[in-house]
Amino acid sequence: MTTAARTPRGGEVLRALREPGTLSLLVTALLFVILAAAGGVAYEGFLAPQVFLNLFIDNAFLIVVAVGMTFVILSGGIDLSVGAVVAFTTVLHALLVQHQGWHPLPAMLLVLLVGTAYGAAMGWMIQRYRLPPFVVTLAGMFLARGGATLLSVESIGIDDGFQKAIAALRIPLGGEAFISVAGVVALLVVAVATLVARSTQFGRTVYAIGGNPVSAGLMGLSVTATVVRVYALSGFCAALAGVLYTVYMLSGYSLHANGLELDAIAAVVIGGTLLSGGVGHVPGTLFGVLVLGLIQTLIAFDGTLSSWWTRIVIGLLLLAFCLLQRLLVRRA
Amino acid sequence: MRRLLASPVFWPVVALLLLLLANGIFNPAFLSLQIRDGHLYGNLVDIANRAAPLALVSLGMTLVIAVRGLDISVGAVLAIAATVAAWTVTRLADGGMPGLWPLAAAVGAALGVAALCGLWNGLLIVRVGMQPIVATLILMVAGRGLAQLLSDGQILTIYYEPYAFLGNGFLLGLPFALFLLAAVFGLLQWLVGRTALGLFIRAIGENPAAAHVAGVRARAITPALYVFCAVCAGMAGLLVSSNVASADANNAGQLLELDAILAVSLGGTALTGGRFSLAGTLVGALIIQTLTTTIYSVGVPPQVNMLVKAVLVLVVLLLQSPVFRGQLLWCLGRAPAVRP
Repeated sequence: MTTAARTPRGGEVLRALREPGTLSLLVTALLFVILAAAGGVAYEGFLAPQVFLNLFIDNAFLIVVAVGMTFVILSGGIDLSVGAVVAFTTVLHALLVQHQGWHPLPAMLLVLLVGTAYGAAMGWMIQRYRLPPFVVTLAGMFLARGGATLLSVESIGIDDGFQKAIAALRIPLGGEAFISVAGVVALLVVAVATLVARSTQFGRTVYAIGGNPVSAGLMGLSVTATVVRVYALSGFCAALAGVLYTVYMLSGYSLHANGLELDAIAAVVIGGTLLSGGVGHVPGTLFGVLVLGLIQTLIAFDGTLSSWWTRIVIGLLLLAFCLLQRLLVRRA
Repeated sequence: MRRLLASPVFWPVVALLLLLLANGIFNPAFLSLQIRDGHLYGNLVDIANRAAPLALVSLGMTLVIAVRGLDISVGAVLAIAATVAAWTVTRLADGGMPGLWPLAAAVGAALGVAALCGLWNGLLIVRVGMQPIVATLILMVAGRGLAQLLSDGQILTIYYEPYAFLGNGFLLGLPFALFLLAAVFGLLQWLVGRTALGLFIRAIGENPAAAHVAGVRARAITPALYVFCAVCAGMAGLLVSSNVASADANNAGQLLELDAILAVSLGGTALTGGRFSLAGTLVGALIIQTLTTTIYSVGVPPQVNMLVKAVLVLVVLLLQSPVFRGQLLWCLGRAPAVRP
């Protein structure tokens, strides 16, 4: 059997388009464009480039977390601890930099290691003892948040020079548009993750496990190692998001990122990934986050909604989005 | 003996008894029961009373999880029900309705609205085909906004006195909430054990395709289960708002869904659907409440509450896992090592 790469022919492209995951992704992208167009018609100045770049700047940490969550959900699991790990990371980082006098870079490396190890530990327990991922990661969430609160009950402000410099850095993109370091990091993470999911053995195994873990095991794929790695990856992404969060907020607080896991899951599902696993694409998650951010931007542009009407409108827009997605995917 | 050890309810019961015992050792007054003001009084009664709302919601959640679903909107439904009840009671009592009619109307309105929420969830999941977590996420986000809309973001205080009976009243010496819980549990056990409903639920959860081919009407049963879950959340909302004589649309029922799913899982019901245990869920809810009360009464800082909850949940989960038990027995030299 030859393994030489060949350029895809027309029939193959059409077949790829018919895959459930791909169609969902295209529908999400299309609906994003429609939503943006509606905003452009309704509000003056909505279609300015900076508005869209702000989506990346303000949601960089959610993008990173959601990418990690995508891999976990693709493998058929779920990770509810990500918000708590983000909070723990911010507190640990702030403690090291402010109270122990560390330079931010080694502190960032340490917290990344801690996050990855935490994820790996949860993944090991889930796989080795056949425990339900929902409850194990829920316990992980309680553990991480409790740990963060134990480390410090109050918020710790960061005024390290290096960190503040990164926070203030604006990378110009022509005209008056700019993007932040966090935005660039988020885009890099999405790019790398897309490659990993599509073109590496790890990625292929994740899809296989999500489709049917028993078959994957019988085929000889290393299920245990991959599951542990998937949760370790999610932990790494959560810790990285925590690092981006400390740069964004310049503080460490145990109540940061409350409810982030639900936002991440919503983004992943809106992006077309099935919660049962095995179906979905990483770019879809990026669009999911952008859609959520766009909804928030629309509400901000409107400016007249009280906090509860905001909640209702977000719920309605989510509903409309998911309904349309269901209908369009069903037609295919 | 082995069957007892392997029963998923066994370890949660053991955990609960150990928790209570530890409490009794550190604080002898903890387990005492007295008769005061004509009713039973003590920490154990208090735990059971406070656990009632969580237990009710968890019972509803058990059936939803058994059919491979999930309902994360129960906290929001609780808030909606509490707000509707408070709003109705205040309007009717101030408007001069006599006797206990405002109470009846408030209960009816709250449970009716809760049932509608459950129907909404059920239809989205069954008719539109959305994944349960997404469909209930929508109500979770929008529902709290609806409750806040109704109360205009304020906490509604309830001055109508008969309303306090639901959460604070006593019947035959025991809190009314316990009777409500016992009634709901009894009804469910009868429905699930003595009619074909239990069989159908298990069938849908274990193999939906086979159940469909066998003629089980999942499209009718599943929405009914979501309605029931929401009504349970509504009852919990009535109990909670009656307990504090107010309805807080902003904070009532926060994180309730997580505690409910935790209680269901601790009780031995698999989150992948199929076999379920109502008694186990009750024990799970009691464990969570006992833990919270223990933390407060021992005087440990509240931060530790989360840590201890996490450790306890992990310990119970591990004990329920046959792989872990096998490994433990092998370590103790009691059984040959079996590679899973």
